[in-house]
Amino acid sequence: MAINPPSNRLWWKEPIHGIELAWIIIAFLWGVFMFFFMIAWHFIGNQNLSSETYRVNPDKFVERVEEFATEYQVLDETGAPVDIAGTPLVRPPAGGDVYMLGRLWEWWPALELKKGQSYRFHLSSADWQHGFSLQPVNINISVHPGYEHILTLTPTQTGDFGVVCNEFCGIGHHTMTGIIRVVE
Amino acid sequence: MTTIDQGTIGYAGPQVRYRTCPFTGRRIERSAELLIRANAVAAVVFLAVGGFFGLLVALTRWPAVQLLPADWFYLVLTGHGANVLLFWIIFFEIAVLYFASAVILGSRLATPRWAWLGFVLMIVGAVMANYSVLKGDSTVMFTSYPPMMAEHWFYLSLIVFAVGALIGVFVFFGTLVVAKDEKTYDGSVPLVTFGAITAAIIAVFTLAAGAIILVPTWLWSLGFISGIDTLMYKLVWWGMGHSSQQINVAAHISIWYAIAAMVVGAKPLSEKVSRFAFLMYILFLQLASAHHMLAEPGMSSSWKIINTSYMMYLAVMASMIHGLTVPGAIEAAQRRNGYTRGMFEWLTKAPWGNPAFSGMFMSLVMFGFLGGITGVILGTEQLNVLMHNTIYVPGHFHGTVVAGTTLAFMAMTYIVVPLIFQRDIIWPRLAKLQPYLFGIGAGGISLFMMGAGTLGVPRRHWDIALTDAGHPFEFAPGAYLMMGLNGMSAILAATGGLLFVVLIVASVLAGPKLDGPGAKLAFPLHDGAAQAVSEYGSEPHFKLPGTVMLVSIFFFTFVLYYFVNWKYLSDLWLFN
Repeated sequence: MAINPPSNRLWWKEPIHGIELAWIIIAFLWGVFMFFFMIAWHFIGNQNLSSETYRVNPDKFVERVEEFATEYQVLDETGAPVDIAGTPLVRPPAGGDVYMLGRLWEWWPALELKKGQSYRFHLSSADWQHGFSLQPVNINISVHPGYEHILTLTPTQTGDFGVVCNEFCGIGHHTMTGIIRVVE
Repeated sequence: MTTIDQGTIGYAGPQVRYRTCPFTGRRIERSAELLIRANAVAAVVFLAVGGFFGLLVALTRWPAVQLLPADWFYLVLTGHGANVLLFWIIFFEIAVLYFASAVILGSRLATPRWAWLGFVLMIVGAVMANYSVLKGDSTVMFTSYPPMMAEHWFYLSLIVFAVGALIGVFVFFGTLVVAKDEKTYDGSVPLVTFGAITAAIIAVFTLAAGAIILVPTWLWSLGFISGIDTLMYKLVWWGMGHSSQQINVAAHISIWYAIAAMVVGAKPLSEKVSRFAFLMYILFLQLASAHHMLAEPGMSSSWKIINTSYMMYLAVMASMIHGLTVPGAIEAAQRRNGYTRGMFEWLTKAPWGNPAFSGMFMSLVMFGFLGGITGVILGTEQLNVLMHNTIYVPGHFHGTVVAGTTLAFMAMTYIVVPLIFQRDIIWPRLAKLQPYLFGIGAGGISLFMMGAGTLGVPRRHWDIALTDAGHPFEFAPGAYLMMGLNGMSAILAATGGLLFVVLIVASVLAGPKLDGPGAKLAFPLHDGAAQAVSEYGSEPHFKLPGTVMLVSIFFFTFVLYYFVNWKYLSDLWLFN
């Protein structure tokens, strides 16, 4: 080993080869582009997850969701409450507040929204963490107990959409679903 | 030469014993060798356990098979994560750290008794965790998000394991001090050791983050603390959970360089560039905890953007640099070895029959294309909402941790067994096949899970048919196809994994002995292997037309896939 010339043994003083330098510049510029594109999407895009969040007592949140469901419960022509597979169907006014509660093991209540209308969407959990996964649209948001997450949501398609739980929440996790119906 | 023997200063253990490796001429110290063996064996044992669990998980998620009942599925999934992501990988990493310090620098291992203590603690922690999970009251997934609570033994086991690993990391640092002090090397440490130092520094940060969150969580499970904030837990836990994957990245990139050096005699293109790229990891990779907070309430957008991009993608840039310099070093060396025709003779005439090389090169390609690109997509603030908690996420990290890290570690094992266990690989023909079986299987797992995730299939879910759900929802038929293909890929990978375990165990126990005179390796090293891996120095002159083509394809794929995902995003419902 001692036969090696001791010249230039500090790695940070070595020269850079042209190919490597070119690649570093490309990688750096691409990184800068991707960085600023996230910022730009807040101005040019329509899909930016809101950061509006409040601490909330889970029991209080459940009460508010129940009040909301009672107030806007859909009634049939005989005045009886309408449900979808046992979950009350709720039709909130366009532009108003909408609640969806995650709990073991359902998304509650069922919602009927209007296409093209914006809603203030309140998400929280009564117990454990859950994952709000709107399908087949594929919007996926984490839901925490004790935190009320509010986003402005505007459906752009009509039909029945599934809400699947995609955060593990115990043995009934795979039975936890909900429904959002969007009408013209 | 002075008359003071090495190993007399500050060392009260048994006599330091060295042997000279017949294949590399390096001197190897006895306690380092024994500790590398012990950690490597433990790693392979936990790989076998965790890999078996993984096969059960994949066969349950194959809708046409659905092997396990729901409770067992969630239990086994928890065990799968702990065994492969923590125990297999960290035991192997401790072996890599000892190899990159004591063996590559030709030094003795610092404080071998502490190293054994660390090893014992890691074994105790790992066994305790398996006991706690298999008992059935700690089915909380690897992430153990509160308020779901595991049995207190579960948290304690991880803490004990982490303490053991931390001791191992400090033994590594101590060995560096010993090697410098006893002048076993000259000038800067070799690149492989430098990469290992990077991994070790990140490991200290990672294990500290783990302690900060797991100790209070353990106290909570014992009833001393009333509650754990769910967002705080997630933020700090991923300071361990994601950063530990950065240990893997630093470790397996070091291994790429090591294997390239030992099998084809590759030198780094430039010591400066490769080391600078490793430094970027230390500076920025730990911000990746944010990757798990992009779909959470409560974080501001500016916090998300700064953190998730590793401060303007400087750590991504580092990985892209290695993506050029590793194949570049191989191309330069192969051209030096005489394979100079055309753009790709260096690659086509590479030692594809040597499992160390084939495993390493597949690891390099799949880590970049499957794990790397998708990681950036997942880590983009807005795009994350498209795949958060879908099976796309496990698809991504099976690209990084299985096709990337695990395959690289397997490849390295084919070098460690002959050099450190002094036993040759017992069935070379099967060994040639093994990386392909495992690599193609792992690549398939990654790809098909990502395909299913794009169609919305959730992760950690027993029944995508939603048979017992209140509001059954039909996933697209393609999702079922993808999950089936994922199951088949898992069988392929499990076959390769089993073959690996059998090959290594059989080689260690009954492989041809290599300590006699004139012994030959089934998979020979390059003539300049020892020098290339253990001495400082860059490749002086080179041309890299093949590598330039490869990175151009990579970059084109990256940019295309990036914008395809923005297109998908722009079709979603509007939200802000």
